[in-house]
Amino acid sequence: MDIKLSHFNGGIHLDDHKAESLTQPLQIASLPDQLILPLKQHIGEPNKPLVDVGDRVLRGQLIAGSSSPISSPIHAPTSGVVSAIEPHLVPHTSGQSADCIVIDVDGKDESIEFESIDVSQMQAADMIDHIRHLGIVGLGGASFPTSPKLSRGNDLGIHTLIINGVECEPYITCDDSLMQNQADDIIRGIGYLQRMLKPTKTLIGVEDNKPKAIEAMNLALQSHAHSESHSQALINTEVVSIPTLYPSGGEKQLIQILTGNEIPTGRLAFDIGIFCQNVGTCAAITQALELNQPLMSRIVTVSGDGVRKPGNWIVRLGTPIKHLIGLAGGYVQGDLNKPSLNMHGLNMHGFNMHDNVQQHLVMGGPMMGFSLSSDEVPIVKGSNNILVMQQQLIAQTPGIHDECVRCGKCAEVCPAQLLPQQLYWHSRSKEYEKVEEYNLFDCIECGCCSAVCPSQIPLVQYYRASKSEIRATQQATFKSDRARIRFEFREKRLLLKKQQEEEKRRLKREALLKKSAAKKEASDAVDAVQAALDRVKEKNGEKVIEPKNITGLTADQQKQIDVADARRRAAREQKA
Amino acid sequence: MTSVIVSSPYVNPSNSLRRLMINVIIGLIPGTLAYVWFFGPGILVNISISILFALGFEAFILRLRKKRIKPHLTDYSAVVTAWLFALCLPTHSPWWLIVVGIGFAMIAGKHLYGGLGLNPFNPAMVGYVVVLISFPREMTTWHLPISISGEAYGLVDSLKFAFAIGDSSWDAFTAATPLDHVKTALRQDVPISEIYQAPLFGKLGGIGWEWISAGWLIGGLWLLITKTIRWHIPAALLGSLGSIALAFYLVDTETATSPLFHWLSGGVMLGAFFIATDPVTAATTNHGRIYYGILIGLLVYLIRSWGGYPDGVAFAVLLANMCVPLIDYYTQPKVYGAK
Amino acid sequence: MLIAILTISAMAGIFGLILGYAAIRFKVEGNPIVDQIDSLLPQTQCGQCTYPGCRPYAEAIANGEAPINQCPPGGQATVVLLADLLDVEVLELNAEHGDHNEVPLVAFIQEQTCIGCTLCIQACPVDAILGSAKHMHTIITDECTGCELCLPPCPVDCIDMIPIKQTIDDWKWSLPGDSTASTEPSRELGKEPAHGH
Repeated sequence: MDIKLSHFNGGIHLDDHKAESLTQPLQIASLPDQLILPLKQHIGEPNKPLVDVGDRVLRGQLIAGSSSPISSPIHAPTSGVVSAIEPHLVPHTSGQSADCIVIDVDGKDESIEFESIDVSQMQAADMIDHIRHLGIVGLGGASFPTSPKLSRGNDLGIHTLIINGVECEPYITCDDSLMQNQADDIIRGIGYLQRMLKPTKTLIGVEDNKPKAIEAMNLALQSHAHSESHSQALINTEVVSIPTLYPSGGEKQLIQILTGNEIPTGRLAFDIGIFCQNVGTCAAITQALELNQPLMSRIVTVSGDGVRKPGNWIVRLGTPIKHLIGLAGGYVQGDLNKPSLNMHGLNMHGFNMHDNVQQHLVMGGPMMGFSLSSDEVPIVKGSNNILVMQQQLIAQTPGIHDECVRCGKCAEVCPAQLLPQQLYWHSRSKEYEKVEEYNLFDCIECGCCSAVCPSQIPLVQYYRASKSEIRATQQATFKSDRARIRFEFREKRLLLKKQQEEEKRRLKREALLKKSAAKKEASDAVDAVQAALDRVKEKNGEKVIEPKNITGLTADQQKQIDVADARRRAAREQKA
Repeated sequence: MTSVIVSSPYVNPSNSLRRLMINVIIGLIPGTLAYVWFFGPGILVNISISILFALGFEAFILRLRKKRIKPHLTDYSAVVTAWLFALCLPTHSPWWLIVVGIGFAMIAGKHLYGGLGLNPFNPAMVGYVVVLISFPREMTTWHLPISISGEAYGLVDSLKFAFAIGDSSWDAFTAATPLDHVKTALRQDVPISEIYQAPLFGKLGGIGWEWISAGWLIGGLWLLITKTIRWHIPAALLGSLGSIALAFYLVDTETATSPLFHWLSGGVMLGAFFIATDPVTAATTNHGRIYYGILIGLLVYLIRSWGGYPDGVAFAVLLANMCVPLIDYYTQPKVYGAK
Repeated sequence: MLIAILTISAMAGIFGLILGYAAIRFKVEGNPIVDQIDSLLPQTQCGQCTYPGCRPYAEAIANGEAPINQCPPGGQATVVLLADLLDVEVLELNAEHGDHNEVPLVAFIQEQTCIGCTLCIQACPVDAILGSAKHMHTIITDECTGCELCLPPCPVDCIDMIPIKQTIDDWKWSLPGDSTASTEPSRELGKEPAHGH
């Protein structure tokens, strides 16, 4: 197969800083004292805990789940006792807390019995179901549950399977390390994906700055082809070395490079018959389908100039970052007692930083990752990299930047071919309709525009702020629409009820009238009685009520009384 | 704890405004040196006065607008504007002319619109056009190149001229620029070959001017190499001016000057690489830049051939500045994934 | 003279025809104005505007019976949007009808105090309260519009309005200049936008 590579617009060359974390071999991280497992580690519906505080859990035991199809259950990564189910700092941009299951690790690492299954006999639907139950999500960073994506892909039909081993962000080497060490697992996982999706060709994209990974993948691919143990050989599969250029690893960009196709705005890759999956997810699928083991650990890179011994570790999910940084030799500059003060709670008067606080923790890469407010946050399914940067690497000072000089460099590097400058102007003046007109939601937030901006405008932040504002408005509109529907429904219901009651009353009255008419005919005596009664009533009506307070009236008052009396009489006559 | 959450990317900036402006200043040096070589150090006096007052006006306005002064002065954008403005003036302009022009450029051309990044018109050109229209006599009193006049002025003489100290009657040494000369002569139906006999003309353009233009070209190449500017505007500008000049030149070499003459005289080279490429006032999309450059090239030829002024770069740039929003609007690139 | 008059009249006639044709040909098929107004209102159905729900208020505005500044839940933002839609002057939110809460509120029933009288259920305009006679009631938080109409009927005062807690799911990015910690000189003077120096 001869692959003709295409280009995407723009992109930038970055110092890749990948060598640092590749100096040590891949290691297995030791168990920490405590694992903190956020109930939601994926995109979709949150999980509900299935264990109680005080329960002892075993490795591989299901501890949280949800009935929603767009969700992914959580399994205990080791044995221990659930010590709390409470809000805890989680790795999220906001630096806020969310509900977590905390497990006090007992160190025995006892596991449940993983029933053996025979994957060779499984149908695609069974495999997808299995992947769902074992908590597999996309490990490239987005953490979208893999099973709904697979079943959708299966429904729509896939012609090209793309395996993403690009890893274009600086510092991150976890996929590189995985490809070098577990290429076989990845290749077997690709085999299972091919069984589920039946693509006509499979392309494994790897940037050419990872020659060892490319070699290992090719080797594994060849040995797989020769091996007899696998009934089904890989069809039309190739490792493609692509030029190093950020952000080649973005799904849209990788698809463009490998196939020349663009995903239409607002659509997803499988809408055009392409399915993209990260190498890490492939290895996790292999583990799930061959060993029946859920996702309990992943490879995490710890790197940056703020940590002594950068490297890659196989880490149990829920491991606090602090533990991992300890394994990486600790911080270069002492303890991070007040982490990244320069980002959070900074003193803006001339930026007086604390002398000893010089570090900035980032989860993910420097281009698209996010600052962490604390090293207490745990590793989750989507954590690929922990970056510890010394202060001098931080370019942006919040709120202060030069004016845009319209140089257009941002548009030149934008892989989505947007006009970042126009987006900036409109975001800044909060003209959200305009921002959407300029296709803000096609922005992949890769950060190229911010990185090249001579005025150092934090463009991506402007876009993120606009996006979240627009989303909030959409949500509010959604909610008010629901309220309107419920209100109108209630009004209708009340009206109906009223009508029904009236109808009932009318029927009752009619029935009564009929009854009385029948009675009237039946008995004249009744008439006589009625006449008597009428007479009494008439008499009562004529009865003069003794007026009070009529002594000593003035002429005026007497006149008023006379007028009133006359009115009453007239009324009575009229009535009669 | 008030929390300021800063968005990624967390990378060192690869670029800065100051860097861009310094690159432009470096780019101006070869042409300026050529200028000094042919016309004496008078231009340096122009530039110095201009920069001094530009910084003064900038600081004054920033103070009025309650903005931070130092970071704005040290982005050197005012220096670039002042330098470009000074280069447009006749060599020995009086000091007040420079002050009026640069003052108008900085105050009306730049800050009244909101300062750097927000001005729709190139401030240097705004200042130049204002003094050109207001003071036609001073603005057309150009000196002859030293090689022709034989009068090599020193720095002291230049300062005397600038501040009108002592005997400042220098009409004897002044003449029209080559462009002016061509225009006047062509109006009197003098054929080009005859016009070129005048001592004012060198091999390709005016004596001295051709080499100064070459200096701007070298500076422009430096800007291209350092990616301070992109190729689109200069290429489109020189291309369109060259094409139209060539077309008329081919029809009749006696009534139209050659494309090379157009390129190498007046402010074309300076305009193509330094003025039209001012990012703030130029078109920003790549396609737009090409249309913008073409428009300026055509306007320059139009004004030179049939307009009231011998050179038209400043007017052409300002007119094109006006069209920029329109150009940008209609040359938006196709967004990824759009149909 | 006559020619001039005739010409002008003819021109007027022609242009009139063109305009008339254009009015038919390019007629804007918009939503009826009531729907457009209604879609801008927050649909809390709280009745603070003195109309029995958002739609009646929208109708009143459309008929010119009510001013646009009577909706406290929508706040000044809604007033501005309405002014924009109707092309009228922006008014200050009328404080007589109540104050605008920046943080959205939802009702919360103290379940140990609730006696199960169902009065609040009858008052709720969006059916967001669950319960039956002599049984404890509870609010469906997602459906509650925070209209406070359930507060007055409650005989035991067991309903509180609590602010909706912000979670990481509805956390919002702020613009770079919007941070509270920013103490740019220009901001302090309150004259310049936050982004300049």
